[in-house]
Amino acid sequence: MGRIQLENVTKSFGNVEVIPPLNLTIEDGEFAVFVGPSGCGKSTLLRLIAGLEDVTSGTISIDGTEATQVPPAKRGLAMVFQSYALYPHMSVRKNIAFPMKMAGIDEAEQNKRIEAAAKALNLTDYLDRKPGQLSGGQRQRVAIGRAIVREPAAFLFDEPLSNLDAALRVGMRLEISELHERLETTMIYVTHDQVEAMTMADKIVVLRAGVIEQVGSPLELYNSPCNTFVAGFIGSPKMNLIEGPEAAKYNAQTIGVRPEHLEVSAESGDWSGRVSVSEHLGSDTFLHVHDTGLADSITVRTDGNVSFKHGDRVFMTPRADVIHRFDAQGLRIE
Amino acid sequence: MATQHSRSAARLMMAPAVILLLGWMLVPLTMTLFFSFKKYLPLRGGDLGWVGFDNYVRFVTSSAFWPSVVTTLIIVGGVLAITVVLGVLLAILLNQPMWGQGMVRILVIAPFFVMPTVSALVWKNMFMDPNYGLLAHLWKFFGATPVEWLSQASLPSIVMIVSWQWLPFATLILLTAIQSLDSEQLEAAEMDGAPALKRFGYITLPHLSRAITVVILIQTIFLLSIFAEIFVTTGGAFGTKTLSYLIFQRVLESQNVGLGSAGGVYAIILANIVAIFLMRIVGKNLDA
Ligand SMILES: Nc1ncnc2c1ncn2[C@@H]1O[C@H](COP(=O)(O)OP(=O)(O)OP(=O)(O)O)[C@@H](O)[C@H]1O
Ligand SMILES: [Mg+2]
Repeated sequence: MGRIQLENVTKSFGNVEVIPPLNLTIEDGEFAVFVGPSGCGKSTLLRLIAGLEDVTSGTISIDGTEATQVPPAKRGLAMVFQSYALYPHMSVRKNIAFPMKMAGIDEAEQNKRIEAAAKALNLTDYLDRKPGQLSGGQRQRVAIGRAIVREPAAFLFDEPLSNLDAALRVGMRLEISELHERLETTMIYVTHDQVEAMTMADKIVVLRAGVIEQVGSPLELYNSPCNTFVAGFIGSPKMNLIEGPEAAKYNAQTIGVRPEHLEVSAESGDWSGRVSVSEHLGSDTFLHVHDTGLADSITVRTDGNVSFKHGDRVFMTPRADVIHRFDAQGLRIE
Repeated sequence: MATQHSRSAARLMMAPAVILLLGWMLVPLTMTLFFSFKKYLPLRGGDLGWVGFDNYVRFVTSSAFWPSVVTTLIIVGGVLAITVVLGVLLAILLNQPMWGQGMVRILVIAPFFVMPTVSALVWKNMFMDPNYGLLAHLWKFFGATPVEWLSQASLPSIVMIVSWQWLPFATLILLTAIQSLDSEQLEAAEMDGAPALKRFGYITLPHLSRAITVVILIQTIFLLSIFAEIFVTTGGAFGTKTLSYLIFQRVLESQNVGLGSAGGVYAIILANIVAIFLMRIVGKNLDA
């Protein structure tokens, strides 16, 4: 079980309010991802849930019981830190055993759970090493192992993959997703990598300056962002936001067109411009188009085999059914 | 320092320092060894020729020898225990955010800047004097008879004075070590269900082990040869005669340089025995 409910939670450091009143419910078994720009309060929110910071006001309840004043150890949550926070002088085995030892679980049961966790995380060969003798990915797995053996009500991850290289990150991302499928435990995951957010989440919480901008499944956020901030934040490459007369044609202050929803052609189309950079990724090509008269730069995502070069003239046509419209406040118009 | 050329240049540059240090160490050492095999009484005939191991035998067989070794070890051990334990506690205290932190830290460090002779005199006259010392006043205030610290509890008094001097050093080293502890580790332990005392035992103390080792090793080197504190307080009376003080007495009070030199060689041997023991016990903390 692990249903986490935040009601009117606020947090101030001194007289700086980092989190204005905030309400959020994370259902049991859900994989929730907090995303947002740097400094928006993701870590703070996670630490409030963990109990490592005291809330300034409001209540946090876990499984229906109020936990606002409960110390971190008693909340039944496990946290994986960005720096892993392994205990450097203990072997991997002792690191994983530590929470069980503190909980007074008997030796035989401890060993059983350590073996199981080590097997699941491919750590069996490393149990007697010290953290200093492991690679980044292995350390990450030890940190996860240490969290698993406690059988917590929920896992909290604070940017767990940001210290890993790109290839390893993809691997660990899958492993964490698999772990979630297998354990069916609530997970809250902080990241500012939106690929992680899109691929792993059941529910994405987009934060800006401590305020929740939108909560929803990855596809909801992708298909109907509720304002220009979410529209610009979710999706990669970023959505093109266009203001002015072109937007007025659609009765909107701003229109948003995703790079993948633009058709390009060398001969004709609604909009035109000059290619400034074309990035060939093999599978796709990203064209950065200037001199369109619409915005500084329009990004287009097209298939891998187009051969536009710097300076070429291109024509672009947006797909009419997936144009997002926003009003003067930046809110979505349905 | 990768190339052949830069290596030999480095050697050339370092040579003066190495030679100076070597001379600094070797000259007194050879002189001590030289005199220790001689009967040399500066005021009673001067150099009276070689005597073989006579001085060595006389020094160990004198009734003052073993008590002085024991006293030395008690003082070193006592001061180490007090400074390490209090040093860890003070370091933890000073690491807490509090009002006037900078000022408090300076005050804690201050005793280290007081010369040993001065601090011993201050303790002897201001605190421990049985008539007008502060402690005597305190005792009298509670209606007790003042303790004659330096004669009745001479060894503990000296341990106390020396600990007071060395506590800042231990605290300073341990404080910097504590500040390098990753706070996420403590938070992780807190989430793992470890209460404050266990966090200290399982996380903070192991983290400090290397710094504690450094404190112990450095302090031992200096404590084995403490002299001023004893000289100005008890003058070696009341069972406070350490090995180095005994040597001082042999050389200067009895004017027997040969015998004192033999004692010096014993002091070197004692220091090495202590060093070997220490390296066995705590030296492994310095690896890795
Ligand atoms: N202990 C503190 N004292 C004062 N201000 C703090 C403290 N911790 C965080 N803040 C402030 O709170 C805000 C949110 O910080 P937080 O660490 O939650 O950001 P974040 O969303 O996790 O950012 P990042 O993605 O860079 O990790 C920041 O503006 C930060 O400066
Ligand atoms: Mg953060």
